[in-house]
Amino acid sequence: MATETLIWLLPLFPLVSFALIVLFTNHNKALSHTIAVGSAALSFLGSMVVFWRALRVEHFADYPFTSVINWIPVGGDTWLQIGVRIDPLSTVTLFFVAWTVLTIFLYSVGYQNYGQPQGDHDRKGLPPHGATITDEHGHTHVVLSVEPMYARFFAFISLFAFGMYTLVVSDNLLTLFVGWEIMGLCSYLLIGFWFAKPSARAAAIKAFITTRVGDVFMLLGLAYVYKMAGSLRYEVIFAPETLHMMAEHASGFLGLSAAGLIGLLFFIGAVGKSAQWPLHVWLPDAMEGPTPVSAMIHAATMVSAGVYMTIRIFPILEASKEAGDFTMLLISFIGAFTALFAATIAVAQNDIKRVLAYSTISQLGYMMAAIGIGAYVAAVFHLVTHAFFKALLFLGSGSVIHGMEHGVLHTGNHHVDPQDMFNMGGLKDKMPITFWTFLIGGFALSGFPLVTAGFWSKDEILGDAFTHGHWWVFSVLALAAFLTAFYTMRQITLTFLGKPRTKEAEHAQETPWTMTVPLMALAFFALTFGWTGIPEHFLVLGGLVPNWFHPWVIGTLGEHAEAAVEGSVVPLLTSLVVALGGLYVGWLVYRNVPAGAEDPLKKPLGGLHSVLQNKYYFDELYDKIFIKPSVWVSEVFTSAWMDRGLIDGILHTLARFSVFLGGLFRYVIDEPIINGFGDWVANTTRKLGDRLRVIQTGRVQQYMVAALIFAAVVLVYFVTAMP
Amino acid sequence: MDFIANHLLTLILFLPALGALVMFFLPSEPKGLHRWVAFITSLLTLILSLVLWMRFDRGAAGFQFQEQYAWYDAIRASFHVGVDGLGLTMVLLTSLLSALAILASFSIQEKVKAYMMLFLFLETGLLGVFMALDMLIFFVFYEVGLVPMFFLIQQWGSPKGERELWGGKKVPSRVYASFKFMVYTMGASLGLLLAIQLMGVSIGSYDIPKLLKLWPILQRANNIPLGLPFTTVKTIAFWAMTIAFALKVPVWPFHTWLPDAHSEAPTPGSMILAGVLLKMGAYGFLRFVLPLYPVQAKQYAGWLAFLAVMAIVFGAFGAYGQDDFKRLVAYSSINHMGFVVLGIAAAAKAIGTLDATIALNGAVLQMFNHGLSAAGMFFLVGVLYERAHTRDLNEYGGLFPLIPVYGGILVFTSMASLGLPGLNGFVSEFLVVRGSWPIFTVYTAIAMLGLLFTGSYILKGIKKVLHGPLNEKWAGHLTEINARELLVITPLMVLMLQLGVWPAWLLDVINRAMSMLFGA
Repeated sequence: MATETLIWLLPLFPLVSFALIVLFTNHNKALSHTIAVGSAALSFLGSMVVFWRALRVEHFADYPFTSVINWIPVGGDTWLQIGVRIDPLSTVTLFFVAWTVLTIFLYSVGYQNYGQPQGDHDRKGLPPHGATITDEHGHTHVVLSVEPMYARFFAFISLFAFGMYTLVVSDNLLTLFVGWEIMGLCSYLLIGFWFAKPSARAAAIKAFITTRVGDVFMLLGLAYVYKMAGSLRYEVIFAPETLHMMAEHASGFLGLSAAGLIGLLFFIGAVGKSAQWPLHVWLPDAMEGPTPVSAMIHAATMVSAGVYMTIRIFPILEASKEAGDFTMLLISFIGAFTALFAATIAVAQNDIKRVLAYSTISQLGYMMAAIGIGAYVAAVFHLVTHAFFKALLFLGSGSVIHGMEHGVLHTGNHHVDPQDMFNMGGLKDKMPITFWTFLIGGFALSGFPLVTAGFWSKDEILGDAFTHGHWWVFSVLALAAFLTAFYTMRQITLTFLGKPRTKEAEHAQETPWTMTVPLMALAFFALTFGWTGIPEHFLVLGGLVPNWFHPWVIGTLGEHAEAAVEGSVVPLLTSLVVALGGLYVGWLVYRNVPAGAEDPLKKPLGGLHSVLQNKYYFDELYDKIFIKPSVWVSEVFTSAWMDRGLIDGILHTLARFSVFLGGLFRYVIDEPIINGFGDWVANTTRKLGDRLRVIQTGRVQQYMVAALIFAAVVLVYFVTAMP
Repeated sequence: MDFIANHLLTLILFLPALGALVMFFLPSEPKGLHRWVAFITSLLTLILSLVLWMRFDRGAAGFQFQEQYAWYDAIRASFHVGVDGLGLTMVLLTSLLSALAILASFSIQEKVKAYMMLFLFLETGLLGVFMALDMLIFFVFYEVGLVPMFFLIQQWGSPKGERELWGGKKVPSRVYASFKFMVYTMGASLGLLLAIQLMGVSIGSYDIPKLLKLWPILQRANNIPLGLPFTTVKTIAFWAMTIAFALKVPVWPFHTWLPDAHSEAPTPGSMILAGVLLKMGAYGFLRFVLPLYPVQAKQYAGWLAFLAVMAIVFGAFGAYGQDDFKRLVAYSSINHMGFVVLGIAAAAKAIGTLDATIALNGAVLQMFNHGLSAAGMFFLVGVLYERAHTRDLNEYGGLFPLIPVYGGILVFTSMASLGLPGLNGFVSEFLVVRGSWPIFTVYTAIAMLGLLFTGSYILKGIKKVLHGPLNEKWAGHLTEINARELLVITPLMVLMLQLGVWPAWLLDVINRAMSMLFGA
């Protein structure tokens, strides 16, 4: 098959799967997940074929796979074109998307308890509560029950995969935006998958609206780019002439050039999607969704899309520097700040998934900071490694929660929160595969030296920041890296090491193969992917393994984009110290937490700890300054005051005036004068008639007399009047 | 066959009225007879409209399928009809929505004969507006449509609810709404009629093609009272027409009749009101205001854009502030139609540029798209109302497991209304934003606030109806959407998806029409 045709097909497989499940197979669990996983596998195979074919092309950056069609006519004979494009940047993105999507689809089969009995009183819209079964010995057990909306889940994640593949294979910002928004919808639908829970319902809306704040800015960015370039295709937008024109053209806003404003508008879109401060609030709440969703949408793919898009528009960002580096500075500031900010919150969270959520926000901040300082290749590298190890960590946490739920069902004590790390401990022996893979993921996140992928990518960001003289970015990121290692080790220690702190943890159980195989596959990449990008100048190892990643990706946006990084031992030493130091301190503080004890950091940190635990009170703040006023403006100002009060008031006043005027005519003119005159005429006539009635006696003699008198009078008149 | 081909427009126009006349001579029972006669009539009209669409030569400039008959020679008004790409698009929308609305009316039980007759007369009135090529004929159809709608709201509107006037005086809501709708619209039409008279008398003809050619370049006229300068007269006439059409769209602050009329009307009436009637206002801008008053339109485009943005923003806020599901959807129309007017205003400002053409493409496509999604939303609200007999959002809750098919359809249609990329609303909103951004940058940016709250009110609807803990009183009392109702909503959904993915077939017609009408 022609490569271009194949690229068009990549998003379509999951779309067909979505349609099939929704329309036909929604009552059949096995068929539904077969279709979904099958479609993901087809897209995966297609992606790998595209990937390998791309590797075989020489100077692939100059000869990417592209295919274009006319989409809509816009004025005269010009058309807005859309198409697909696979270039080096999209190949690596496609690679990790294909892997994570496939593994997570497979994992979902186990996570949603396929093959388990129906729940005793499970309802659609609520998580399964467990089923009672009787074994051959007559003992009853409570076991995990299958998700009541099993088929729907696979339909939604298929639609999601369609969105993500669309975004990756797009050759233009418009279809990128289409994929972007479809993912947003799926994120909403999947966070609110258990929609009967008010918390899940609220989280879904929060996610959709918060990201939409960014999206409307991005829409303006789209309009602006389209206006400036006359197209939305990367080829046209990123052509040197167009970039030059955008850099020269003043936008009239904050002294930015058109390129600067466009970059800013798109970046705000990415801030929403990638949950950067100040639009980060939705991502932790998004953990209300099923864990595979958290892994796929809220760690590996959708939230990465914000970073991917920002990297895509990097040429525009770079062009914006000609007229001042406001946009780039802002990106590096938001990125670095978010990286540290989210890491501090992660330190004080007890929910195993929330820790990972804040860690995701923090790591995405790293990537943004890297883009802001111009190190976009390092950002791409971290994007890919992060996708692998964070998906792994989320799936691992899902596996842990699953094991804990098993324990909860066993003891029947439903007050134990299976996601609270302080209820865990000692799971290492109960769930060995989960433990070892989680350990790999955690070490990769912490940047454990040499053997994990996270080390290489994080080191590259730190190195770039250091050698290009971005001191404050470097320091902030280094501090964040220390905290990352610390909270990761805190998580691993609390969850897996030591002794079980509850009965439920004692009865936890390893999860089925559908869940552990994906863990192992992702663990493989969390270890090895970093070796594709070992810098040439690295001590000893550099040059032993060729640095494939860097030259491969850098071609996408032109060779000139980034100078090679000079080697320095300072960032390397820093990396080592913060990673190993953080891990060690984390282990030291949390290794001996007994059952029922509070967080050992609570005392030393004092009030700060509760500030961190409450996420700096951003939710409360936003509620006060955005949500409550919006409700007031809608319900009171607009509906009650303006529409019903003022506008309808004016209308009613007009109506009242008309009624008054009508009354005036009626009571002052019509009734007294016109009617009055008519009535007077009638009344007078009638009265006159009444008076005259007396002569109407009906006696002929009297009439005769009257006639004679009249005749006499007339006679007299004529006689006397005649001359 | 030749007869059909030569009289295609008049056939489409009068077929519904003819059907209504036939029904007049039929006995009023059984009800089914009238339902089917009405439905088949509207279906035939739709089929003829599709024939019209097929036979339309999209490359040719000017009006096609013209027919002209003597009507009122004394004042030189004739019965003249014809369509271009703009009219054609609206005719197609009208005949499609009318057929679906009549199918949706099958659940009406009272006075079916009168209801169906009125509905068919309404269809003729609406079609006439989009076909008329004579200003007086246009005005007649413009007003004729009001009468059946007045009775539909007043007689078949929702029986509950009262509205307080002044001094503690109360009237039934549907009486209030129908009266407000009728009087308000007619009041604004007075200015329109005077403007039409002014033009007709000055040019000596009411023929639209002739007026389009002569009126914009006319420099002086006789019989101007008070010795006013002619430009002032033109400006007054411009505002008279603008206000008449702005009220119909409706543009803020002339919009308050809409939530009342739409929420009190019977479901199919709301479908037509939102789907077609509002388009008459936007059509008026495109057909008359912009081409007849290019100078004034350009001069006052900023004001129009301001009002459009107010409609977008406060329409969205208004929708978010409602607890009545139908009122929420009604307010959403104000929000969505605001984008149509924003596009028109931008085009008026920079007529002849590529930006203007794009904005106009977006505006016309948005008219069509809003017709689909608003009709769909009103229909879905009606489906729920027929079962639950309440429109109060706080009375629902967690209905998704009870009515999953309905729920899926509601989410889909809501997303189309929200403007989700991949569905129809996005394409038109994007084109409007693209077109108006370079022309009215600040207004376009403020409009984004409305777009954000579009998300809020759409999700509020879904949240209150489908999601959350189940309100137990509905368990076992709500039935799933039935086959007839599916038949109504499916064509709308197919079109919403189709136009979101591949809108070229429609946009090509619109784009050519706009380029020919307003191109450089």
